[in-house]
Amino acid sequence: MRYRTLLKIGPVGFRIGSDWRAPIAALDDLYRDYPRPDSDIADFTVRLFAARWWRRFLRPSVMIGGDYTIPDAAPLPLSMGLLAAEMGMNLQMALGHRRYLLVHASAVERDGRALLMTGMSGAGKSTLAALLTARGWRLMGDEFALIDPETGLVHAFPRLISLKNRAIDEVHSALPGGRVGPMLADTPKGDLRHLVPDARAIEAMMRPATPALLLFPAFGHALAERPVGRAETFVRLTQASTNFVLLGESGFTALSHLVNSVPVRAIDYPDTPGAIALVDRLWETLA
Amino acid sequence: MPVDLGELIALYHRPSARTHLVGSPVPEILDALGEEAMDTQQLLDALQRRYALDDADPQALAARLAELESVGLIRRA
Repeated sequence: MRYRTLLKIGPVGFRIGSDWRAPIAALDDLYRDYPRPDSDIADFTVRLFAARWWRRFLRPSVMIGGDYTIPDAAPLPLSMGLLAAEMGMNLQMALGHRRYLLVHASAVERDGRALLMTGMSGAGKSTLAALLTARGWRLMGDEFALIDPETGLVHAFPRLISLKNRAIDEVHSALPGGRVGPMLADTPKGDLRHLVPDARAIEAMMRPATPALLLFPAFGHALAERPVGRAETFVRLTQASTNFVLLGESGFTALSHLVNSVPVRAIDYPDTPGAIALVDRLWETLA
Repeated sequence: MPVDLGELIALYHRPSARTHLVGSPVPEILDALGEEAMDTQQLLDALQRRYALDDADPQALAARLAELESVGLIRRA
């Protein structure tokens, strides 16, 4: 492809090619503090390409390709090329990663122990993880927690934090020095802005942690918490994992071990200060 | 390969690579069956002995066995 870059995010290497300069320039800028990949050999390839050659120039729109693709996915305008690259990387992980059990969750670490938060889009996984980093936690990732079937440890995948809508200003207030990407208005997920994980998250991205608490947050309700049984947790995590079926027995082993080794709570919260206070209390009493 | 999840048991079925979540009496039936072939009456007797059942219902057992056969966890010898 005309423009290309290599990224290493936690244990995963990506080769990203593009018909346009802008998305690669944005990635190189936002990922500039990440360690360079050891070699040209990547785990996954993402391609950002024009469906027809004239679409490079005329109302340019970005198709997402790579080792794994979704048929009939709609293209994004070139102004959202960075989002297309991030979506492409997530897609490769979701459909192709086999080394670890992937759980759609954010993860933060303190003293070698990890807090995992999983839930539907809009539950506040990314927002809460970003706000916790302002309070001394190390960000491990806002999208995927990587569970090692052999050790049960969670490995970090600290890609850019994807902040949406109201979370953009809220996190910016808590982390005024944070580096951010361009404001992407009216994406399929609303307004979106990427936040670069802090230096500590990048420096420690190869260091795994022991899962110590699992939360199912839900935004928009009165503050509440309830225990979640292991059977319900198991079912919810099979739904939150993109490769549980693909991994077969090792996925079963990893998930069973996780479910039987961490305390679990569902938390409802009306605002993030309430959620953060609840997380602090649960961490103190359960983890 | 059963894993106790409290209310339910998770089973990984190697031949099909499928995960099953089952509740009582399925774990007890599978455990009583073990690797041996049994007819329904032998299995009923085994369950009665093991769990001191005094109201064992052959029809209920036959229904559970049909369900287990339909999901592939047991097969007719």
